[in-house]
Amino acid sequence: MRRLALILIPYLWLIALFLIPFVIVIKISLSDVALARPPYFPQLDLTEGFTGIKAFFSELDFENFTFLTTDDLYWKAYLSSLKIAGISTILTLLIGYPIAYGMASARPEWRATLMMLVILPFWTSFLIRVYSWIGILSQGGLLNTFLLWLGVINEPLTILNTEIAVYIGIVYTYLPFMILPIYANLEKLDGSLLEAAEDLGCSRTSAFWLVTVPLSKSGIIAGCFLVFIPAIGEFVIPSLLGGSQTLMIGKVLYEEFFSNRDWPVASAVAVVLLVILIIPIILFQRNEQKNREASQ
Amino acid sequence: MRRMSGFNVVSLTFGLAFLYLPMLILVIYSFNSSKLVTVWAGFSTKWYGELLHNEAFLDAALVTLKVGAISSTLATVLGTMAAFLLVRLGRFSGRTLFSGMIYAPLVMPDVITGLSLLLLFIGINMDRGITTIVLAHTTFAMCYVSVVVSSRLSSFDTSLEEAALDLGCTPWSAFRLVTLPIIAPAVISGWLLAFTLSLDDLVIASFTAGPSSTTLPMKIFSAVRLGVSPEINALSTLMIGIVAFGVVIFSIMSKRNTALKLQEERDAVDGRT
Repeated sequence: MRRLALILIPYLWLIALFLIPFVIVIKISLSDVALARPPYFPQLDLTEGFTGIKAFFSELDFENFTFLTTDDLYWKAYLSSLKIAGISTILTLLIGYPIAYGMASARPEWRATLMMLVILPFWTSFLIRVYSWIGILSQGGLLNTFLLWLGVINEPLTILNTEIAVYIGIVYTYLPFMILPIYANLEKLDGSLLEAAEDLGCSRTSAFWLVTVPLSKSGIIAGCFLVFIPAIGEFVIPSLLGGSQTLMIGKVLYEEFFSNRDWPVASAVAVVLLVILIIPIILFQRNEQKNREASQ
Repeated sequence: MRRMSGFNVVSLTFGLAFLYLPMLILVIYSFNSSKLVTVWAGFSTKWYGELLHNEAFLDAALVTLKVGAISSTLATVLGTMAAFLLVRLGRFSGRTLFSGMIYAPLVMPDVITGLSLLLLFIGINMDRGITTIVLAHTTFAMCYVSVVVSSRLSSFDTSLEEAALDLGCTPWSAFRLVTLPIIAPAVISGWLLAFTLSLDDLVIASFTAGPSSTTLPMKIFSAVRLGVSPEINALSTLMIGIVAFGVVIFSIMSKRNTALKLQEERDAVDGRT
Protein backbone atom coordinates (compact mmCIF):
# COMPACT_ATOMS: atom_id res chain seq x y z
CA MET A 1 0.00 0.00 0.00
CA ARG A 2 2.73 2.36 1.07
CA ARG A 3 4.84 1.23 -1.87
CA LEU A 4 1.99 2.02 -4.24
CA ALA A 5 1.65 5.53 -2.77
CA LEU A 6 5.39 6.03 -3.17
CA ILE A 7 5.10 5.19 -6.85
CA LEU A 8 1.84 6.94 -7.56
CA ILE A 9 2.34 10.35 -5.96
CA PRO A 10 5.44 11.56 -7.88
CA TYR A 11 4.30 9.70 -10.98
CA LEU A 12 0.86 11.29 -11.11
CA TRP A 13 2.30 14.68 -10.20
CA LEU A 14 4.61 14.62 -13.21
CA ILE A 15 1.93 13.31 -15.53
CA ALA A 16 -0.48 16.05 -14.45
CA LEU A 17 1.99 18.93 -14.43
CA PHE A 18 4.53 17.95 -17.04
CA LEU A 19 3.12 15.50 -19.57
CA ILE A 20 -0.45 16.79 -19.89
CA PRO A 21 0.61 20.46 -20.26
CA PHE A 22 2.94 19.33 -22.96
CA VAL A 23 0.20 17.48 -24.82
CA ILE A 24 -1.91 20.64 -24.55
CA VAL A 25 0.88 22.65 -26.21
CA ILE A 26 1.01 20.20 -29.10
CA LYS A 27 -2.77 20.26 -29.39
CA ILE A 28 -2.98 24.05 -29.43
CA SER A 29 -0.15 24.26 -31.96
CA LEU A 30 -2.46 22.35 -34.31
CA SER A 31 -5.49 24.56 -33.62
CA ASP A 32 -6.65 27.80 -35.17
CA VAL A 33 -6.68 31.25 -33.61
CA ALA A 34 -10.10 32.32 -32.41
CA LEU A 35 -11.32 35.62 -31.09
CA ALA A 36 -12.56 34.03 -27.93
CA ARG A 37 -11.28 33.13 -24.53
CA PRO A 38 -9.24 30.96 -24.57
CA PRO A 39 -8.20 32.34 -27.95
CA TYR A 40 -7.93 29.16 -29.93
CA PHE A 41 -10.21 26.73 -31.67
CA PRO A 42 -11.41 23.91 -31.56
CA GLN A 43 -12.32 22.98 -28.01
CA LEU A 44 -12.71 19.34 -27.19
CA ASP A 45 -16.40 18.85 -26.43
CA LEU A 46 -16.84 15.49 -24.73
CA THR A 47 -20.57 15.93 -24.27
CA GLU A 48 -21.11 15.27 -27.95
CA GLY A 49 -19.51 11.85 -27.68
CA PHE A 50 -17.77 10.31 -30.64
CA THR A 51 -18.88 12.93 -33.17
CA GLY A 52 -17.41 15.59 -30.91
CA ILE A 53 -14.05 13.80 -30.85
CA LYS A 54 -14.17 13.31 -34.62
CA ALA A 55 -15.01 16.97 -35.21
CA PHE A 56 -12.17 17.89 -32.84
CA PHE A 57 -9.57 15.92 -34.75
CA SER A 58 -10.78 17.02 -38.17
CA GLU A 59 -10.26 20.64 -37.15
CA LEU A 60 -6.59 20.10 -36.31
CA ASP A 61 -4.07 20.96 -38.99
CA PHE A 62 -0.48 22.00 -39.54
CA GLU A 63 -1.35 25.53 -40.63
CA ASN A 64 0.69 27.14 -37.84
CA PHE A 65 3.74 25.15 -38.77
CA THR A 66 3.44 26.17 -42.43
CA PHE A 67 3.04 29.73 -41.20
CA LEU A 68 6.37 29.42 -39.36
CA THR A 69 8.10 28.55 -42.63
CA THR A 70 6.51 31.35 -44.65
CA ASP A 71 7.22 34.21 -42.25
CA ASP A 72 10.99 34.62 -42.21
CA LEU A 73 10.96 36.12 -38.69
CA TYR A 74 10.74 32.62 -37.24
CA TRP A 75 13.35 30.70 -39.15
CA LYS A 76 15.70 33.67 -38.85
CA ALA A 77 15.14 33.60 -35.09
CA TYR A 78 15.85 29.86 -34.92
CA LEU A 79 19.01 30.24 -36.99
CA SER A 80 20.25 33.22 -35.05
CA SER A 81 19.57 31.45 -31.72
CA LEU A 82 21.69 28.54 -32.92
CA LYS A 83 24.40 30.91 -34.13
CA ILE A 84 24.46 32.96 -30.91
CA ALA A 85 24.43 29.81 -28.75
CA GLY A 86 27.20 28.25 -30.86
CA ILE A 87 29.51 31.27 -30.82
CA SER A 88 28.97 31.82 -27.09
CA THR A 89 29.73 28.16 -26.41
CA ILE A 90 33.07 28.45 -28.22
CA LEU A 91 33.88 31.68 -26.37
CA THR A 92 32.95 30.10 -23.03
CA LEU A 93 35.23 27.15 -23.80
CA LEU A 94 38.13 29.44 -24.70
CA ILE A 95 37.72 31.37 -21.45
CA GLY A 96 36.70 28.46 -19.24
CA TYR A 97 39.40 25.97 -20.20
CA PRO A 98 42.38 28.02 -18.94
CA ILE A 99 40.50 28.67 -15.68
CA ALA A 100 39.75 24.96 -15.19
CA TYR A 101 43.36 24.18 -16.06
CA GLY A 102 44.61 26.73 -13.55
CA MET A 103 42.33 25.26 -10.85
CA ALA A 104 43.54 21.73 -11.53
CA SER A 105 47.17 22.74 -11.28
CA ALA A 106 46.70 24.73 -8.09
CA ARG A 107 47.89 23.17 -4.85
CA PRO A 108 45.37 20.63 -3.47
CA GLU A 109 44.60 22.68 -0.36
CA TRP A 110 43.55 25.57 -2.61
CA ARG A 111 41.30 23.57 -4.89
CA ALA A 112 38.25 23.39 -2.63
CA THR A 113 38.30 27.17 -2.17
CA LEU A 114 38.71 27.79 -5.90
CA MET A 115 35.88 25.39 -6.60
CA MET A 116 33.65 27.26 -4.15
CA LEU A 117 34.58 30.58 -5.76
CA VAL A 118 33.49 29.26 -9.16
CA ILE A 119 30.22 27.80 -7.84
CA LEU A 120 29.29 30.78 -5.65
CA PRO A 121 28.02 33.02 -8.49
CA PHE A 122 25.67 30.20 -9.47
CA TRP A 123 23.85 30.64 -6.15
CA THR A 124 23.34 34.35 -6.67
CA SER A 125 20.43 35.50 -8.76
CA PHE A 126 20.80 34.92 -12.48
CA LEU A 127 18.79 38.05 -13.20
CA ILE A 128 21.10 40.20 -11.06
CA ARG A 129 24.19 38.77 -12.72
CA VAL A 130 22.79 39.72 -16.13
CA TYR A 131 21.66 43.10 -14.84
CA SER A 132 25.13 43.91 -13.51
CA TRP A 133 26.38 44.16 -17.10
CA ILE A 134 23.91 46.89 -18.09
CA GLY A 135 25.77 49.47 -16.02
CA ILE A 136 29.11 48.30 -17.36
CA LEU A 137 28.28 48.11 -21.06
CA SER A 138 25.95 51.07 -21.57
CA GLN A 139 26.99 54.10 -23.59
CA GLY A 140 27.92 56.14 -20.54
CA GLY A 141 28.83 53.00 -18.64
CA LEU A 142 31.96 52.04 -16.76
CA LEU A 143 33.69 50.21 -19.61
CA ASN A 144 33.34 53.17 -21.98
CA THR A 145 34.40 55.62 -19.28
CA PHE A 146 37.44 53.50 -18.56
CA LEU A 147 38.43 53.11 -22.22
CA LEU A 148 37.94 56.83 -22.87
CA TRP A 149 40.09 57.61 -19.85
CA LEU A 150 42.80 55.28 -21.14
CA GLY A 151 42.60 57.01 -24.50
CA VAL A 152 42.04 53.74 -26.38
CA ILE A 153 38.88 55.13 -27.98
CA ASN A 154 37.75 58.65 -28.75
CA GLU A 155 34.03 58.19 -28.57
CA PRO A 156 31.92 55.71 -26.59
CA LEU A 157 31.31 52.31 -28.19
CA THR A 158 27.82 50.95 -28.55
CA ILE A 159 27.94 47.55 -26.87
CA LEU A 160 24.72 47.34 -24.92
CA ASN A 161 21.72 46.32 -27.06
CA THR A 162 23.91 44.52 -29.58
CA GLU A 163 24.72 40.87 -30.12
CA ILE A 164 28.12 41.38 -28.51
CA ALA A 165 26.41 42.19 -25.21
CA VAL A 166 24.39 38.98 -25.55
CA TYR A 167 27.61 36.98 -26.06
CA ILE A 168 29.13 38.60 -22.98
CA GLY A 169 26.00 37.85 -20.95
CA ILE A 170 25.87 34.19 -21.97
CA VAL A 171 29.60 33.63 -21.41
CA TYR A 172 29.40 35.30 -18.01
CA THR A 173 26.35 33.48 -16.68
CA TYR A 174 27.17 30.02 -18.05
CA LEU A 175 30.92 30.02 -17.36
CA PRO A 176 30.67 27.80 -14.23
CA PHE A 177 28.85 25.13 -16.29
CA MET A 178 31.87 24.98 -18.60
CA ILE A 179 34.56 25.13 -15.92
CA LEU A 180 33.24 22.42 -13.60
CA PRO A 181 33.08 19.39 -15.93
CA ILE A 182 36.46 20.27 -17.48
CA TYR A 183 38.00 20.72 -14.03
CA ALA A 184 36.55 17.38 -12.88
CA ASN A 185 38.30 15.80 -15.85
CA LEU A 186 41.63 17.59 -15.51
CA GLU A 187 41.83 16.96 -11.78
CA LYS A 188 41.89 13.21 -12.39
CA LEU A 189 44.57 13.53 -15.05
CA ASP A 190 47.64 11.49 -14.20
CA GLY A 191 50.65 13.85 -14.09
CA SER A 192 53.05 11.02 -14.91
CA LEU A 193 51.54 10.83 -18.41
CA LEU A 194 52.72 14.37 -19.05
CA GLU A 195 56.15 13.57 -17.63
CA ALA A 196 56.35 10.53 -19.86
CA ALA A 197 55.45 12.66 -22.87
CA GLU A 198 58.12 15.18 -21.97
CA ASP A 199 60.70 12.44 -21.37
CA LEU A 200 59.93 11.09 -24.80
CA GLY A 201 60.81 14.44 -26.32
CA CYS A 202 57.50 16.32 -26.39
CA SER A 203 57.71 20.02 -25.71
CA ARG A 204 55.36 21.22 -22.93
CA THR A 205 53.06 22.82 -25.48
CA SER A 206 52.78 19.76 -27.64
CA ALA A 207 52.35 17.56 -24.55
CA PHE A 208 49.40 19.79 -23.69
CA TRP A 209 47.81 19.39 -27.12
CA LEU A 210 48.64 15.69 -27.50
CA VAL A 211 47.95 14.47 -23.95
CA THR A 212 45.99 16.91 -21.79
CA VAL A 213 43.41 18.07 -24.32
CA PRO A 214 42.48 14.59 -25.66
CA LEU A 215 42.19 13.26 -22.10
CA SER A 216 39.86 16.08 -21.10
CA LYS A 217 37.71 15.66 -24.22
CA SER A 218 34.66 14.29 -22.43
CA GLY A 219 34.72 17.21 -19.99
CA ILE A 220 34.95 19.64 -22.89
CA ILE A 221 32.01 18.00 -24.66
CA ALA A 222 29.89 17.94 -21.49
CA GLY A 223 30.68 21.60 -20.76
CA CYS A 224 29.85 22.66 -24.31
CA PHE A 225 26.44 20.98 -24.23
CA LEU A 226 25.69 22.40 -20.76
CA VAL A 227 26.20 25.87 -22.23
CA PHE A 228 24.80 25.33 -25.72
CA ILE A 229 21.47 23.67 -24.80
CA PRO A 230 20.13 26.27 -22.36
CA ALA A 231 21.59 29.16 -24.39
CA ILE A 232 19.35 28.34 -27.39
CA GLY A 233 16.12 28.95 -25.49
CA GLU A 234 17.49 31.87 -23.45
CA PHE A 235 15.06 34.71 -22.77
CA VAL A 236 16.44 36.98 -20.03
CA ILE A 237 19.83 37.70 -21.60
CA PRO A 238 18.63 38.76 -25.08
CA SER A 239 15.80 40.82 -23.66
CA LEU A 240 17.99 42.73 -21.18
CA LEU A 241 21.30 43.00 -23.02
CA GLY A 242 20.30 42.50 -26.66
CA GLY A 243 18.68 45.11 -28.84
CA SER A 244 15.47 45.01 -30.81
CA GLN A 245 17.37 43.51 -33.75
CA THR A 246 18.80 40.65 -31.68
CA LEU A 247 16.61 37.73 -32.61
CA MET A 248 16.41 34.79 -30.27
CA ILE A 249 13.63 32.27 -30.32
CA GLY A 250 12.93 32.38 -26.57
CA LYS A 251 12.24 36.09 -26.86
CA VAL A 252 10.09 35.62 -29.98
CA LEU A 253 8.00 32.98 -28.21
CA TYR A 254 7.50 35.19 -25.15
CA GLU A 255 6.43 38.15 -27.27
CA GLU A 256 4.23 36.05 -29.54
CA PHE A 257 2.38 34.93 -26.46
CA PHE A 258 2.19 38.09 -24.38
CA SER A 259 2.17 40.86 -26.97
CA ASN A 260 0.51 39.27 -30.00
CA ARG A 261 -1.61 36.87 -27.96
CA ASP A 262 -1.33 34.34 -30.76
CA TRP A 263 -1.36 31.16 -28.69
CA PRO A 264 -1.42 28.62 -31.53
CA VAL A 265 1.64 30.17 -33.20
CA ALA A 266 3.46 30.48 -29.84
CA SER A 267 2.76 26.79 -29.22
CA ALA A 268 4.02 25.85 -32.68
CA VAL A 269 7.20 27.87 -32.01
CA ALA A 270 7.66 25.90 -28.78
CA VAL A 271 7.17 22.53 -30.48
CA VAL A 272 9.72 23.32 -33.21
CA LEU A 273 12.19 24.60 -30.59
CA LEU A 274 11.93 21.28 -28.75
CA VAL A 275 12.48 19.32 -31.94
CA ILE A 276 15.64 21.36 -32.54
CA LEU A 277 16.82 20.74 -28.97
CA ILE A 278 16.34 16.97 -29.13
CA ILE A 279 19.49 16.39 -31.23
CA PRO A 280 21.99 18.09 -28.86
CA ILE A 281 20.21 16.55 -25.86
CA ILE A 282 20.57 13.02 -27.25
CA LEU A 283 24.23 13.65 -28.12
CA PHE A 284 24.82 14.98 -24.60
CA GLN A 285 23.24 11.91 -22.99
CA ARG A 286 25.37 9.62 -25.19
CA ASN A 287 28.49 11.43 -24.01
CA GLU A 288 27.41 11.13 -20.35
CA GLN A 289 26.69 7.43 -20.75
CA LYS A 290 30.09 6.85 -22.35
CA ASN A 291 31.75 8.62 -19.42
CA ARG A 292 29.85 6.54 -16.92
CA GLU A 293 30.90 3.33 -18.66
CA ALA A 294 34.50 4.52 -18.90
CA SER A 295 34.65 5.36 -15.19
CA GLN A 296 33.35 1.95 -14.15
CA MET B 1 48.77 17.80 -12.54
CA ARG B 2 51.52 19.78 -10.97
CA ARG B 3 53.35 23.09 -11.16
CA MET B 4 51.60 26.41 -10.86
CA SER B 5 53.05 28.28 -13.81
CA GLY B 6 52.74 32.00 -14.37
CA PHE B 7 50.17 31.35 -17.07
CA ASN B 8 47.93 29.51 -14.63
CA VAL B 9 48.11 32.29 -12.07
CA VAL B 10 47.19 34.83 -14.72
CA SER B 11 44.27 32.82 -16.09
CA LEU B 12 42.91 32.14 -12.61
CA THR B 13 43.20 35.79 -11.61
CA PHE B 14 41.52 37.01 -14.77
CA GLY B 15 38.86 34.31 -14.56
CA LEU B 16 37.90 35.11 -10.99
CA ALA B 17 38.05 38.84 -11.69
CA PHE B 18 35.67 38.32 -14.62
CA LEU B 19 33.29 36.36 -12.40
CA TYR B 20 33.33 38.77 -9.50
CA LEU B 21 34.03 42.28 -10.82
CA PRO B 22 30.53 42.94 -12.20
CA MET B 23 28.96 42.02 -8.89
CA LEU B 24 31.55 44.00 -6.95
CA ILE B 25 30.81 47.07 -9.06
CA LEU B 26 27.11 46.61 -8.36
CA VAL B 27 27.77 46.48 -4.62
CA ILE B 28 30.00 49.57 -4.70
CA TYR B 29 27.55 51.62 -6.73
CA SER B 30 24.67 50.73 -4.44
CA PHE B 31 26.34 53.08 -1.95
CA ASN B 32 26.62 55.91 -4.46
CA SER B 33 24.56 58.92 -3.54
CA SER B 34 24.15 59.97 -7.19
CA LYS B 35 21.44 58.49 -9.32
CA LEU B 36 23.85 58.22 -12.26
CA VAL B 37 25.82 55.04 -12.59
CA THR B 38 29.12 56.44 -13.72
CA VAL B 39 29.39 59.44 -11.45
CA TRP B 40 30.56 58.78 -7.94
CA ALA B 41 29.05 61.45 -5.73
CA GLY B 42 29.97 60.19 -2.32
CA PHE B 43 28.99 57.43 0.08
CA SER B 44 25.36 57.13 1.02
CA THR B 45 22.93 54.48 2.19
CA LYS B 46 19.85 56.39 1.06
CA TRP B 47 18.89 53.81 -1.61
CA TYR B 48 18.58 51.18 1.09
CA GLY B 49 16.26 53.49 2.99
CA GLU B 50 14.13 54.04 -0.10
CA LEU B 51 14.07 50.32 -0.75
CA LEU B 52 12.71 49.65 2.73
CA HIS B 53 9.90 52.11 2.09
CA ASN B 54 9.03 50.70 -1.31
CA GLU B 55 5.99 48.60 -0.53
CA ALA B 56 5.78 47.07 -3.99
CA PHE B 57 9.24 45.54 -3.56
CA LEU B 58 8.50 44.36 -0.02
CA ASP B 59 5.26 42.71 -1.13
CA ALA B 60 7.02 41.02 -4.03
CA ALA B 61 9.79 39.81 -1.72
CA LEU B 62 7.19 38.34 0.60
CA VAL B 63 5.45 36.52 -2.27
CA THR B 64 8.81 35.19 -3.49
CA LEU B 65 9.82 33.88 -0.07
CA LYS B 66 6.42 32.28 0.43
CA VAL B 67 6.52 30.58 -2.97
CA GLY B 68 10.14 29.54 -2.41
CA ALA B 69 9.56 28.03 1.03
CA ILE B 70 6.43 26.08 0.07
CA SER B 71 7.56 24.90 -3.35
CA SER B 72 11.04 23.84 -2.24
CA THR B 73 9.64 21.84 0.66
CA LEU B 74 7.08 20.12 -1.58
CA ALA B 75 9.76 19.57 -4.22
CA THR B 76 12.09 18.01 -1.65
CA VAL B 77 9.46 15.52 -0.51
CA LEU B 78 8.37 14.64 -4.04
CA GLY B 79 11.91 14.63 -5.40
CA THR B 80 13.14 12.30 -2.64
CA MET B 81 10.24 9.96 -3.35
CA ALA B 82 11.09 10.09 -7.04
CA ALA B 83 14.74 9.32 -6.25
CA PHE B 84 13.69 6.21 -4.31
CA LEU B 85 11.57 5.20 -7.26
CA LEU B 86 14.48 5.55 -9.66
CA VAL B 87 17.17 3.94 -7.52
CA ARG B 88 15.40 1.33 -5.40
CA LEU B 89 12.51 0.02 -7.37
CA GLY B 90 14.49 -1.45 -10.23
CA ARG B 91 12.35 -2.23 -13.23
CA PHE B 92 8.70 -1.37 -13.02
CA SER B 93 6.34 -0.78 -15.87
CA GLY B 94 6.49 2.83 -16.92
CA ARG B 95 10.00 3.37 -15.60
CA THR B 96 11.29 4.74 -18.90
CA LEU B 97 8.48 7.27 -19.03
CA PHE B 98 9.13 8.23 -15.43
CA SER B 99 12.86 8.79 -15.82
CA GLY B 100 12.12 10.71 -19.00
CA MET B 101 9.75 12.97 -17.10
CA ILE B 102 12.40 13.49 -14.40
CA TYR B 103 15.20 14.42 -16.79
CA ALA B 104 13.25 16.35 -19.43
CA PRO B 105 12.44 19.41 -17.27
CA LEU B 106 16.17 19.82 -16.57
CA VAL B 107 16.86 20.65 -20.20
CA MET B 108 13.50 22.16 -21.11
CA PRO B 109 13.74 25.90 -21.88
CA ASP B 110 11.89 27.98 -19.28
CA VAL B 111 9.70 29.58 -21.91
CA ILE B 112 8.28 26.18 -22.90
CA THR B 113 7.75 25.00 -19.31
CA GLY B 114 6.01 28.26 -18.49
CA LEU B 115 3.87 28.29 -21.60
CA SER B 116 2.73 24.68 -21.19
CA LEU B 117 1.80 25.13 -17.52
CA LEU B 118 -0.08 28.33 -18.25
CA LEU B 119 -2.08 26.57 -20.97
CA LEU B 120 -2.90 23.81 -18.48
CA PHE B 121 -4.05 26.24 -15.78
CA ILE B 122 -6.23 28.07 -18.27
CA GLY B 123 -7.51 24.80 -19.65
CA ILE B 124 -8.76 23.67 -16.25
CA ASN B 125 -9.93 27.18 -15.37
CA MET B 126 -7.68 27.59 -12.40
CA ASP B 127 -7.24 31.11 -11.04
CA ARG B 128 -3.64 32.18 -11.35
CA GLY B 129 -1.83 33.30 -8.22
CA ILE B 130 0.56 32.03 -5.63
CA THR B 131 -0.82 28.49 -5.87
CA THR B 132 -0.12 28.18 -9.58
CA ILE B 133 3.45 29.50 -9.18
CA VAL B 134 4.00 27.02 -6.35
CA LEU B 135 2.73 24.16 -8.50
CA ALA B 136 4.97 25.20 -11.38
CA HIS B 137 8.08 25.64 -9.23
CA THR B 138 7.51 22.39 -7.38
CA THR B 139 7.31 20.52 -10.66
CA PHE B 140 10.61 21.61 -12.12
CA ALA B 141 12.45 21.77 -8.79
CA MET B 142 11.49 18.21 -7.80
CA CYS B 143 13.42 16.97 -10.82
CA TYR B 144 16.60 18.70 -9.62
CA VAL B 145 16.07 17.36 -6.09
CA SER B 146 15.61 13.83 -7.35
CA VAL B 147 18.84 14.01 -9.37
CA VAL B 148 20.78 15.22 -6.31
CA VAL B 149 19.21 12.69 -3.92
CA SER B 150 19.42 9.72 -6.28
CA SER B 151 23.15 10.19 -6.78
CA ARG B 152 23.53 9.88 -3.01
CA LEU B 153 21.09 6.97 -2.78
CA SER B 154 22.86 4.92 -5.42
CA SER B 155 26.02 4.86 -3.28
CA PHE B 156 24.00 3.98 -0.17
CA ASP B 157 24.75 0.64 1.50
CA THR B 158 21.36 -1.11 1.71
CA SER B 159 22.64 -3.64 4.24
CA LEU B 160 22.37 -0.91 6.90
CA GLU B 161 18.65 -0.72 6.25
CA GLU B 162 18.33 -4.49 6.22
CA ALA B 163 20.12 -4.66 9.57
CA ALA B 164 17.64 -2.17 11.04
CA LEU B 165 14.74 -4.23 9.70
CA ASP B 166 16.25 -7.44 11.10
CA LEU B 167 16.58 -5.79 14.48
CA GLY B 168 12.84 -5.11 14.53
CA CYS B 169 12.43 -1.69 12.95
CA THR B 170 9.33 -1.06 10.91
CA PRO B 171 10.13 0.05 7.34
CA TRP B 172 9.10 3.60 8.22
CA SER B 173 11.27 3.83 11.33
CA ALA B 174 14.18 2.21 9.46
CA PHE B 175 13.81 4.99 6.91
CA ARG B 176 13.57 7.67 9.59
CA LEU B 177 16.38 6.40 11.83
CA VAL B 178 18.85 4.96 9.33
CA THR B 179 18.27 6.04 5.74
CA LEU B 180 17.21 9.64 6.25
CA PRO B 181 20.17 10.67 8.46
CA ILE B 182 22.57 9.21 5.91
CA ILE B 183 21.01 10.87 2.86
CA ALA B 184 20.27 14.08 4.83
CA PRO B 185 23.14 16.12 3.30
CA ALA B 186 21.80 15.39 -0.20
CA VAL B 187 18.22 16.16 0.88
CA ILE B 188 19.33 19.46 2.41
CA SER B 189 21.31 20.47 -0.64
CA GLY B 190 18.32 19.46 -2.74
CA TRP B 191 16.11 21.76 -0.70
CA LEU B 192 18.60 24.61 -0.98
CA LEU B 193 18.85 24.10 -4.73
CA ALA B 194 15.06 24.05 -5.07
CA PHE B 195 14.76 27.19 -2.94
CA THR B 196 17.40 29.04 -4.98
CA LEU B 197 15.82 27.97 -8.27
CA SER B 198 12.46 29.25 -7.07
CA LEU B 199 13.83 32.59 -5.84
CA ASP B 200 15.67 32.98 -9.11
CA ASP B 201 12.99 32.12 -11.59
CA LEU B 202 11.60 34.87 -13.76
CA VAL B 203 10.19 33.24 -16.87
CA ILE B 204 8.07 30.44 -15.43
CA ALA B 205 6.71 32.77 -12.74
CA SER B 206 5.74 35.41 -15.32
CA PHE B 207 3.74 32.82 -17.22
CA THR B 208 2.00 31.31 -14.22
CA ALA B 209 1.51 34.36 -11.98
CA GLY B 210 -1.76 36.16 -11.63
CA PRO B 211 -2.25 39.92 -11.44
CA SER B 212 -1.96 39.99 -7.65
CA SER B 213 1.06 37.75 -7.27
CA THR B 214 4.14 39.50 -8.61
CA THR B 215 7.40 37.89 -7.53
CA LEU B 216 10.62 39.76 -6.85
CA PRO B 217 12.37 38.69 -10.08
CA MET B 218 9.33 39.90 -12.06
CA LYS B 219 9.49 43.23 -10.23
CA ILE B 220 13.25 43.52 -10.81
CA PHE B 221 12.87 42.60 -14.47
CA SER B 222 10.26 45.24 -15.18
CA ALA B 223 12.37 47.84 -13.32
CA VAL B 224 15.66 47.09 -15.06
CA ARG B 225 14.15 47.05 -18.53
CA LEU B 226 14.18 50.83 -18.15
CA GLY B 227 17.91 50.80 -17.34
CA VAL B 228 20.10 50.88 -14.26
CA SER B 229 18.49 52.01 -11.03
CA PRO B 230 20.32 52.56 -7.74
CA GLU B 231 17.45 50.98 -5.83
CA ILE B 232 17.90 47.72 -7.74
CA ASN B 233 21.63 47.96 -7.01
CA ALA B 234 20.82 48.15 -3.31
CA LEU B 235 18.41 45.23 -3.59
CA SER B 236 21.01 43.19 -5.50
CA THR B 237 23.63 43.94 -2.86
CA LEU B 238 21.30 42.67 -0.15
CA MET B 239 20.63 39.49 -2.12
CA ILE B 240 24.33 38.91 -2.85
CA GLY B 241 25.10 39.57 0.81
CA ILE B 242 22.55 37.02 2.01
CA VAL B 243 23.91 34.35 -0.34
CA ALA B 244 27.53 35.06 0.61
CA PHE B 245 26.63 34.96 4.30
CA GLY B 246 24.77 31.67 3.86
CA VAL B 247 27.62 30.06 1.97
CA VAL B 248 30.21 31.17 4.53
CA ILE B 249 28.11 29.83 7.43
CA PHE B 250 27.51 26.59 5.55
CA SER B 251 31.19 26.04 4.80
CA ILE B 252 32.23 26.86 8.38
CA MET B 253 29.66 24.38 9.67
CA SER B 254 30.74 21.62 7.32
CA LYS B 255 34.39 22.28 8.17
CA ARG B 256 33.60 22.05 11.88
CA ASN B 257 31.69 18.82 11.23
CA THR B 258 34.68 17.25 9.47
CA ALA B 259 36.98 18.47 12.25
CA LEU B 260 34.67 16.94 14.87
CA LYS B 261 34.56 13.66 13.00
CA LEU B 262 38.35 13.59 12.73
CA GLN B 263 38.60 14.33 16.47
CA GLU B 264 36.18 11.51 17.27
CA GLU B 265 38.15 9.10 15.12
CA ARG B 266 41.38 10.16 16.81
CA ASP B 267 39.81 9.75 20.25
CA ALA B 268 38.57 6.32 19.28
CA VAL B 269 42.06 5.32 18.17
CA ASP B 270 43.59 6.79 21.34
CA GLY B 271 41.07 4.98 23.50
CA ARG B 272 42.01 1.70 21.90
CA THR B 273 45.76 2.02 22.40
